[in-house]
Amino acid sequence: MSAAGIATGMAVPARRPSRMERHRRWALWGSYAALALFVFVFLVPPFYVLMTSLKSDQEIAAQAGNPWFVHHPTLQNFIDLLSMPNFRGYFINSVMVALVTVAVSMVISVLAAFGLVRLGFKGSATLASGVFLTYLIPDSLLFIPLFQVIRSLGLINNVWCLALLYPTLAVPFCTWIMIGYFGSIPKELDEVALIDGAGYLRMLWSIFIPVALPGIIAATIFAFTVSWGEFLYPLAYLYSSDQKVLTVGIAGDLIRGDVFQWGKIMAGCVMAAAPPIVIYAFLMDYYIAGLTAGATKG
Amino acid sequence: MVDGTRELAMAAEPPRAAACRRWRRLLHRRSTVALLMCLPMILLIGGLVLYPALYALYLSMLNRRMTAFVGLGNFLFLLHRLTFQQVIFQSSLFAISAVLLKAFFGFILAHLMHNIPNRHQRIWRGLLLVPWVIPLALSTLGWWWLFDPSYSAFNYVLKDLGFTPVPWLGVAWPARLCMIAVNVWFGTSFFMIMYLAALKSVPEQLYEAAAIDGAGAIQKMLYITLPMIRNIISVTVLYSLIVTFANFDIVRILTNGGPEDSTHVFATYAFQVGIQSGDVPLGASVSLFMFPLLAVFAYFVLRNVTRRGKEMAV
Repeated sequence: MSAAGIATGMAVPARRPSRMERHRRWALWGSYAALALFVFVFLVPPFYVLMTSLKSDQEIAAQAGNPWFVHHPTLQNFIDLLSMPNFRGYFINSVMVALVTVAVSMVISVLAAFGLVRLGFKGSATLASGVFLTYLIPDSLLFIPLFQVIRSLGLINNVWCLALLYPTLAVPFCTWIMIGYFGSIPKELDEVALIDGAGYLRMLWSIFIPVALPGIIAATIFAFTVSWGEFLYPLAYLYSSDQKVLTVGIAGDLIRGDVFQWGKIMAGCVMAAAPPIVIYAFLMDYYIAGLTAGATKG
Repeated sequence: MVDGTRELAMAAEPPRAAACRRWRRLLHRRSTVALLMCLPMILLIGGLVLYPALYALYLSMLNRRMTAFVGLGNFLFLLHRLTFQQVIFQSSLFAISAVLLKAFFGFILAHLMHNIPNRHQRIWRGLLLVPWVIPLALSTLGWWWLFDPSYSAFNYVLKDLGFTPVPWLGVAWPARLCMIAVNVWFGTSFFMIMYLAALKSVPEQLYEAAAIDGAGAIQKMLYITLPMIRNIISVTVLYSLIVTFANFDIVRILTNGGPEDSTHVFATYAFQVGIQSGDVPLGASVSLFMFPLLAVFAYFVLRNVTRRGKEMAV
């Protein structure tokens, strides 16, 4: 695609650019300008969060000067937060819940996808559609009956209730991604493995998982994103500081009555948003493959 | 033949060993293995999705102290309440306008991205996806601070340009528009990514053939692009309608339903009634009001998805 573009571009300069080419060049520059405008608008809030996180409390309280820029940058907010045991606790809770959620969801969904696509049983096609249907059930539909369920399990205000609940949000879509990837692996591979005497689990482990590794990464990123960013469940089921996770802890702990410690809140947001952004920066292509999996994979 | 000899062999064994063997054979059967592999998922979804869904139906028909059965009483009570009528209005307004705007901007963005050379797309795509990558609850905190009345960054700009400051979240209509704006900011990139993937799947030859026949840009759009990506457009819009309709984070953080309950959506109102005020049955009925709408959307998503699956299989 780009090679063809370069080739046509090389052929042109000898002649005077035709009307069509001029038109195309204008369209190209127009596209860049419009994209730049969108990027500018999209990045305003993150920029402002970052600026505020670098301001001292005095600078914010003084309400003088242009709020869009930081006049006396300081890392005090970050240092204060990191030395706060509560904040460290939220971070640790978030990390632990995310790790458990990712591990549990991936085991469950890889097994299920393999069973549905490659082995199959009576009604497995219906079950696959049913799995996709549960992906469409939002968290805010079931959080009240789940409150009762969690309460009867004695897990209210226990951070581990999240490790039980998050897989319900992650598993359906992860399974769906894996169904798509497993389905695209040629059937001949199974036969070779079976002839070599491999059992089903061995076949899954040494053939399907390595071949579908991009899918595994995409699904892992999805499960992590879901569990890191979820807000409703922790807000509804956790109330004491030692059990909270980042998304609910930041606002809850730093707002006392009417006093907003905006600098610290924003610094907390920066630190809490960092892990997903770092993952995204390194694994953007897998991330996008996961996003579009519902659309481009059968 | 093979089965016959096996059965003969088994008949000679003591019954216990035969049963054992039958078990083992069942365990080694393909479909049994498949079912066992799906079992954790079935248990998870059955226990924490299906069961709560049915339980919600039961809960919604109880009275506040969960001692008596009131039938559809909770639903009727809600429908007669002015606050709840506002909730229905606000949820629909929020979801429909936000999704239309997201679809519109996402469509434009996808085309802009499609216009520029492939090798430049990576960096632009990376920048444009940032709103989608930051967890919504955190970025909404940032928006909240942008809208802050006393030291608001937006009002500073407005004052600088000579306009009067706006109490962004303090008055019903500006607050409603702010929420829609935040949701559009968050979700447009998702639409862009989906549409871009769709646009790339349209064969280039179709456009070339159309150009030879003298088709203009608008004709290409109407007769090639739109029909080819119609399926993904509808799946994305329907999916986004579900998610936006059920949104909780934005409203909860920005206004928590205020001023005067004018900005509550189903999710935040259910939270206030069911968790904060402790009326679990009424809260369950509030969120169940979402169900029929979501079911209709989900039905169409599923139909589109399975239809595409069949097309791919053929």
